[in-house]
Amino acid sequence: MSTLTIVNARIIDPATGYDEAGNILIEDGRISAFGPDVEARGDIIDAEGHICAPGLIDMRVSTGEPGRENRETIATAAKAAAAGGVTSMVIMPETDPVIDDMSLVDFITRRAEEAPVNVYAAGALTKGLDGKTLTEIGLMSEAGAVMFSNGTQPIADAQIMRRTLSYSASFNALIANRAIEPSLSKGAVAHESDLSSRLGLTGVPAAAERIMAERDVALAELTGGRLLIDMISSAEALEVVRRAKSRDLEIACSVSINHLALNEIDIGDYRTFAKLDPPLREESDRLALLKGINNGTIDVIVSNHDPRPAGEKRLPYSEASTGAVGLELLLAAGLSQVADGRLDLMAFLAAVTSNPANLLGLESGQIKVGAPADLIIFDPNRPWVCDSDALLSRSKNTPLDGRRMTGRNLKTICQGRVVFDSSL
Amino acid sequence: MSYSKSIIDDIFGGIRPAARALDKAATTIQGWYDAGTIPQKHWPDVMEAAKSFNHHLTPDDFFPSQAPSPSSFGYAFDKMHCLSIDDFHRPDIETLLSLGEYYLDLNVQKSPDRSVLKGKTLINVFFENSTRTEKSFELAGKRLGADVISMQIASSSVKKGETLLDTAATLNAMNPDILTVRHGSSGAPALLAQKVSCSVINAGDGIHEHPTQALLDALTLRQAFARDGGDGQIDGLRIAICGDILHSRVARSNVKLLNMLGAEVRLIGPPTLLPIDADRWGVDIFHDMKTGLKGCDVIMMLRLQLERMNGAFVPSKREYFHFHGLDRTKLGYAKDGALVMHPGPMNRGVEISSDIADDPEISLITQQVETGVAMRMGILHALSDVQDKAP
Repeated sequence: MSTLTIVNARIIDPATGYDEAGNILIEDGRISAFGPDVEARGDIIDAEGHICAPGLIDMRVSTGEPGRENRETIATAAKAAAAGGVTSMVIMPETDPVIDDMSLVDFITRRAEEAPVNVYAAGALTKGLDGKTLTEIGLMSEAGAVMFSNGTQPIADAQIMRRTLSYSASFNALIANRAIEPSLSKGAVAHESDLSSRLGLTGVPAAAERIMAERDVALAELTGGRLLIDMISSAEALEVVRRAKSRDLEIACSVSINHLALNEIDIGDYRTFAKLDPPLREESDRLALLKGINNGTIDVIVSNHDPRPAGEKRLPYSEASTGAVGLELLLAAGLSQVADGRLDLMAFLAAVTSNPANLLGLESGQIKVGAPADLIIFDPNRPWVCDSDALLSRSKNTPLDGRRMTGRNLKTICQGRVVFDSSL
Repeated sequence: MSYSKSIIDDIFGGIRPAARALDKAATTIQGWYDAGTIPQKHWPDVMEAAKSFNHHLTPDDFFPSQAPSPSSFGYAFDKMHCLSIDDFHRPDIETLLSLGEYYLDLNVQKSPDRSVLKGKTLINVFFENSTRTEKSFELAGKRLGADVISMQIASSSVKKGETLLDTAATLNAMNPDILTVRHGSSGAPALLAQKVSCSVINAGDGIHEHPTQALLDALTLRQAFARDGGDGQIDGLRIAICGDILHSRVARSNVKLLNMLGAEVRLIGPPTLLPIDADRWGVDIFHDMKTGLKGCDVIMMLRLQLERMNGAFVPSKREYFHFHGLDRTKLGYAKDGALVMHPGPMNRGVEISSDIADDPEISLITQQVETGVAMRMGILHALSDVQDKAP
């Protein structure tokens, strides 16, 4: 029986709003006591007054395994996750082959057995992500898929989306759909604005996001399915979610950390490392999204970790791949916004711990007696400069390279084991 | 610029011996010496006198053999690349236009100073098909004495999976001095410029910019408005750019350049062919030719770029011509004597009627092509001069 105590910590549990100094006792990978009066036993980790919070749960991670291991493997992604304070990650099904079958869900689970953090698979919503043929959602759920997604492409056909939501409701499966109207976004590589038209880049208007979000909200209302509006990027789509929630519909929505940290100006002189999907939008959108987290309209912040080797990025803007790595930067980029006074610390932590845990039905994501000891210790005020070469991810594509950040993860504990320690 | 000095010193052995040989006052020869040139009426005398000094002069020797230095126009030109009009400020533009004007003189253009680009290599890399721009650069480079090669990459390596940066590395290994690049993706020449060690000229990238076209348009306008005693100023002109602005790189460069030169720029086109938020470019937007053309000194027509269109932008060519094609009636809305330009190639009967395009009184279209070579000679000269001065 292994025993470990984290002493001298500021314990924050966003699930309950708990925020006090104290110790946390961990026995056999689970939290057995926490609070100011807990006595230290077994191995001691001194938090030196820094914050101890639940480990992050990242609901949107892409790796290249299977099929494109040159981008990232599950092992390298897990290492990066541990360094960034992410103790659970959900792998997107957009691999080669697509994770659209229970044996492939099983493959991911087995590949992740050796990983330092918890790895979960998201199943594909349609066979080969074709947007037409429904997959075996029930069997994949039983095999361990925690949610279902159609990858980067939305299900364009409303009838199929309706049936998907309707069918999956009986398994209570979480269905994630991207909010993009494909006919409006065809060929687009940037946000449609004054800036993109000056740069000669084809843009997609925020309305494309709003149209799809409205459609999916209506279909979720019609069918009673559990909908996650996957990665909104505009104030317009946020308004759709706000109105849906005001009618007590069970709709969840996520946003990527990149859209909270950057805006369209960051593509500046055709910086393809800032080419993302959805595209970076205006500063007013970014500020609205940050507010959306503070007031609870947005449930989840994801890293949208999408590793791409330099060869896929160093191309003319319209030909370059979208995507950025984020597992190691999710916490730090969020804390930087907290330091800037734009984001509330408790709301930020809830969006990366307890909220995703609730949506996915995980035990972790909270500090509670009996919960898995997935914990991180971080310094919210530590200044550092992001250096893409120092990232552990196999691909180093980040638009945050060279940025000054405030706040950094110090230690990561997953199931009671220290899986990352910055002092080593 | 000066050639008289070498004739007087090298052939005759100084001002006084020259004055004796030519039977002229020493002050006259001193005048030639200082001016750097010899008036044309004295050429036969000088040629005759030179024979007795065992020198055979031809009229070619009396043309200024050395092009003016780009820095002789009052402000040091120090730009390495020509990627976007944004790269330049007003004095740079004035330098480029003055050089272009110098090369516009046909005497200069046909027997220019071939030492300007002597020993330099110019590679035209065209990822998109082009005839006029490519040939115009080729001719400009050859006239200035460069080794010029043109590569059509559209059909070769790209299909084999070679990326732009692979191509850049290959080209760089050939040690060119100037690359002119046309590419279908906005920003591609800028990316290339980061990876090669020579100067890069953007010869059109996607729907972003075509800076040399804008410069030659400005030079054409200066020439046109300098005729008949005009001052050749673009400042204060009202210029309408009409048609498919959304897909036009020429329009984007022209808006920037003409704004910088003080013109009042208007964009006229159907809403589907105008870029989003174009009203933030410092221009006035019109959807109707009648109100838009009112009081315009110049009308720039753009090609309807059917090949770049995905989806419905205009219902038919017939309707487009009816509302947005330039004919005599619509020309009548503009100022009397308004001039018409078109970057070519034209869709006759779609955006412009043939009788306007071919009317030398109002159309500057042929002049634009002619100016193209001179303007590009000027740009090549300026960039090469910067390279020579670099440590």
